[in-house]
Amino acid sequence: MAETRLIEISPVTRVEGHGKVTIHLDAEGRVDEARLHIVEFRGFERFIRGRLMWEVPVIVQRLCGICPVSHHLASAKAMDQIVGVDVLPPTAEKMRRLMHYGQVMQSHVLHFFHLSAPDLLFGFGAPAEKRNIFEVIRENPTLGLRAVQMRKFGQEIIEATAGKKIHGTGAIPGGINRNLPVEVRDRFLGQVEEMLVWAQDALALARGYVESHADMVAGFGTFPSSHMSLVREGDGALDLYHGRLRALDAGGAPIFDMVDYRDYHKHLIEDVRSWSYMKFPFIRALGAEDGWYRVGPLARMNTASFIDTPLANAAHGALRAFSGGLNHSTLANHWARMIEVVHCVEKIRELLQDPDLQGSDLVAKGERRFEGIGVIEAPRGNLIHHYRVDENDQVTFCNLIVSTTHNNEGMNRAVKAVAVQHLSSQPKITEGMLNHVEVAIRAYDPCLSCATHALGQMPLQVEIVDAAGAVIDRAGQCL
Amino acid sequence: MTDAFTFQIDGVEVTAQPGQTIMEAADAAGIYIPRLCDHEGLRHQGGCRVCTVKAGGRSVAACTQPAEAALEVENDTEARRRVRRDLVEMLFHGGNHLCPICEKSGNCELQAMAYRLEMTAPTRFPWLEPCRAVDASHPEIALDTNRCISCGRCIRASQDLDGKGVFGYVGRGIHRRVAVNGADLAHTEAAGADLAMGVCPVGCILRKGEGFSVPIGERVFDDGLIGHEIEAKR
Ligand code: SF4
Ligand code: SF4
Ligand code: FES
Ligand code: NI
Repeated sequence: MAETRLIEISPVTRVEGHGKVTIHLDAEGRVDEARLHIVEFRGFERFIRGRLMWEVPVIVQRLCGICPVSHHLASAKAMDQIVGVDVLPPTAEKMRRLMHYGQVMQSHVLHFFHLSAPDLLFGFGAPAEKRNIFEVIRENPTLGLRAVQMRKFGQEIIEATAGKKIHGTGAIPGGINRNLPVEVRDRFLGQVEEMLVWAQDALALARGYVESHADMVAGFGTFPSSHMSLVREGDGALDLYHGRLRALDAGGAPIFDMVDYRDYHKHLIEDVRSWSYMKFPFIRALGAEDGWYRVGPLARMNTASFIDTPLANAAHGALRAFSGGLNHSTLANHWARMIEVVHCVEKIRELLQDPDLQGSDLVAKGERRFEGIGVIEAPRGNLIHHYRVDENDQVTFCNLIVSTTHNNEGMNRAVKAVAVQHLSSQPKITEGMLNHVEVAIRAYDPCLSCATHALGQMPLQVEIVDAAGAVIDRAGQCL
Repeated sequence: MTDAFTFQIDGVEVTAQPGQTIMEAADAAGIYIPRLCDHEGLRHQGGCRVCTVKAGGRSVAACTQPAEAALEVENDTEARRRVRRDLVEMLFHGGNHLCPICEKSGNCELQAMAYRLEMTAPTRFPWLEPCRAVDASHPEIALDTNRCISCGRCIRASQDLDGKGVFGYVGRGIHRRVAVNGADLAHTEAAGADLAMGVCPVGCILRKGEGFSVPIGERVFDDGLIGHEIEAKR
């Protein structure tokens, strides 16, 4: 009887939240199958039932300590529909956008500098004690300092729009609860030019990495797939806050385009698999087998027709030219993420100069509805919040599709591709090899605490299993 | 008619009018005595015991105990604070209070009292995690009874000010709870304009749709500890 060994990598460090990777080996030690398991806890959808609808944008922030603002805004957008508001007062929409750009910026900066820079600067095979932000700062003090200050800038934008750096209350059904005082605006205006310079430097670093490691990047977790995101209504520009759904196939041809996101369920189906608690969404038109797709910064660079801010648009053009069409490389996400940081800072600058932010018309009212669907492009990709609310204002139904769930199949494929390439037929499984698997997962910046809908965060692990199902290695890499 | 007299709170001389409670005299003198069930404009109940002071060697509720000439009252001492903190902690344990997701946060007297009494460390009491309901049946008012501290303010306000009796106590002893006189709030005489709807110290009686419309920074207790406006008079 053929024997298979199973490698389990656990915990996958430096991913937000926790999950588990199991690598199944056959008798010859070749990778047979590799899977990313995420322990799901559907407590949230249950908890939210019966709650009062205006509480939801605050409660959902507890889904995740990493991307609370995205949940806050996606659910607020759903609640706008419940209170019958399709068009927010300009001050409300712009304050929310400002909040969102601040959030995307600080999240991407965190990911790039704190979570990925160690791998990119020191190599995936470097010893664990070297692959952390403290080493990055030690070897490159300027870079480290900027990372800290850029995050702080983004967080202060969140604080100014939501009232707190995390778990604020800014967005309310139909609008926002505050505007931006002139003094606060001026403080940000004083910093924004420098942020833009630093964002461009970071972009150059990420781009340079991908360009100078072109062969490695092309061979590392690269596989063709469909891509999906919101794009701006009408012209298809990148729009992180609002728009219509666009999905492109691997060759760049549209599968669907300009879809009203309130019809998401007409185009996406959520599949369930026996070995994972996490759902596998797929595009209905393509079926369960071929309908999987990716979301996130790289997917957005693929779907967006252009970017409406000049520096990011030029960078978008450069990525397009380098890729010669859609880019399918897992590691190109780093480049895409830094293009978005530049875009966010450009947008923040544009908004800060807009007097609407000092407006006092903050909330709109409309005719009550009973269903609301809010969609946003979160740092990690498309995020769908869907609710039904009864005539007493209590939530009766909630369905969430978070970015990490959209990317579930893509991450599994990336893990397998990397595992096959780096782990098969090796006499001994080294830490550096296991880290390659982790790098593939981290490139998606998965937010596992969010994907599992756990209230709070959960632990994650990596294991190797043989043909008989016995765990033969457990490689935990805790920081 | 008798004349004003004086007594002492923590060694400070306080002037009282005949018929005043210790708390009323203290308020007038700019000395804050913590309280939860007592509320301006409502009859005193003496239920929560958060206002407990030592007066003449006995523990009494400052909100109901009349001031007396030459009385020596112990209010802001470590021993008093400890007793009050215990009482407030028990109120948290007796309900389901998730401040970070509660719309009353920043405007809540219970939460503000916890801050004032420095209830920071994990408490020694068991979490009762009672099974409580949200009653959203009324078009203007929602009740989240997870947060009710049975202070009885709504009962007194409904009876004495609104002349209604929308709320009342049910059960006895530790099981005593505040309930509505009807199948749910929609099946009572409750109206959004009732004064009873504006006296709840916590996030139980909620005006629908208000939610989080007051931004962080502009909420009642964002600019000072509970009681600071009384202390400012001194
Ligand atoms: S009622 Fe007060 S103490 Fe209770 S959860 Fe709300 S804010 Fe916290
Ligand atoms: S509902 Fe509010 S006012 Fe009424 S008893 Fe409960 S806590 Fe007190
Ligand atoms: S305030 Fe005196 S007993 Fe409650
Ligand atoms: Ni998250």
